[in-house]
Amino acid sequence: MSDKKFSKKHEWVSLDGDVATVGITKHATEMLGDIVFVEVPDAGKTVEKEGQAAVVESTKAASDVYSPISGEITEGNKAIADDPGSVNTDPEGASWFFKLKIKDKGEYDSLMSKEDYDKFCKENPS
Amino acid sequence: MEVQKTALYDYHKNLGAKFVPFAGYEMPIQYKDGIVKEHISTRTHAGFFDVSHMGQFFLEGDQTLITALEKIIPADLNNLKINHSKYSFLLNNEGGIIDDLIITRTEKGFCIILNAACKENDIRQISQFLTENHKKFLNNNLSLIALQGPKSVEILEKLIPGVANLKFMTGNNFDYEGEKLYVTRSGYTGEDGFEISISNKKVEKFIDYLISNEVKPIGLGARDTLRLEAGLCLYGHDLNEKINPVEANLKWAIAKKRKEVGGFNGWEKIKTLLANGSKKIRVGIKPDGKVIARENTKIFSSDNNEIGFVTSGTFGPSVNAPVAMGYVKSEFSEIGTSIQLEVRGKKYGGKISELPFYKKSYVK
Repeated sequence: MSDKKFSKKHEWVSLDGDVATVGITKHATEMLGDIVFVEVPDAGKTVEKEGQAAVVESTKAASDVYSPISGEITEGNKAIADDPGSVNTDPEGASWFFKLKIKDKGEYDSLMSKEDYDKFCKENPS
Repeated sequence: MEVQKTALYDYHKNLGAKFVPFAGYEMPIQYKDGIVKEHISTRTHAGFFDVSHMGQFFLEGDQTLITALEKIIPADLNNLKINHSKYSFLLNNEGGIIDDLIITRTEKGFCIILNAACKENDIRQISQFLTENHKKFLNNNLSLIALQGPKSVEILEKLIPGVANLKFMTGNNFDYEGEKLYVTRSGYTGEDGFEISISNKKVEKFIDYLISNEVKPIGLGARDTLRLEAGLCLYGHDLNEKINPVEANLKWAIAKKRKEVGGFNGWEKIKTLLANGSKKIRVGIKPDGKVIARENTKIFSSDNNEIGFVTSGTFGPSVNAPVAMGYVKSEFSEIGTSIQLEVRGKKYGGKISELPFYKKSYVK
């Protein structure tokens, strides 16, 4: 499993061969507050880079989750749909959103490192 | 218009509040704990809410004041006892709700608590019926604090002896720190609790006391989830000038005597609706799964006809499920009727539900 890479829309991606795992960052969950609903994509769905792929709702509002990388969904994490609060507890671990088979590793390489992402969050406070 | 702040603005800031603009005020939407924890601590212990943005409108006058107010408020003000409160409305000529309010009889007249976003227009509307014999003033030197939750009575009684004797929807003057403050047993959460009208100068000290008794600060976010679970309307969402009390399923709030005799704005229309029912009506809605049907979600019948729309919807932390309110064609309003809710282009099942979603525990 590769290092995590990060998007400006507060998603993280890790890569294992040509399968990427995508979730939302801890910083994103802190901005959203208590997560009470999650909708993950079904296997087989094609998503484009920065295309809408999932939905996350807090007590306050609904937000789209975008895929930072193009590909075909291989699995949505049903566990977080059943227990949306778990996204607040472990957003960058067990509470990933979906996995997808990627087409272009270049899209992964162009995302931010952990260090760059932390800097980005500091410079762009919610 | 310049953004306004309540007397407690800096206090909220020190408590870690996140602010949002609301009705021209910078108000806390939540504090460090977040909406769900704030909600639960109100239901299990007690929480306080700064609702000082609401209008505290005082009226003084003789019998003609009652006659004047009864033209726009369908409550039985003539028979409202001193220190007793009623939930009511300001109505327009079509019977539409200009605002919903709590009116309390005072020694010299009435005190009306008005929604922040509506208060200026409300005062204009009320003033149309007043004469030079009636005194009116919006008191901006007073804060308004709601203390809500099962421990409220025990905590407030220690500080202000006597409040425990108040019954729901009654109030009285009490002494505090050399001043009079007015306390009513009322609220907007479905819990037992109080609303305390206190001078801006003393309010910080009062909040210090509450916090030392582990009363948590509660923001507008949890105020919304609490009131929705309790089935209570939010003006500007569940109620507006185009909706009348019959459609809003609030005809209970029109006094019996006034229903018989009328004499208030929109009476002709409301009389007909009381006799024949309305075409649409406000209902509670429970989505079947976890999907949240927010404001403006379209409602469909089980055979796919559009029958209404959601006016408030969120996740209810105490019922641990999504909850909503909205308007549907009256023939679909029976409890248990299966409906469909269109969320992000997909239809999800749901049912017309009883209100409140969460059982109240008022002290009667």
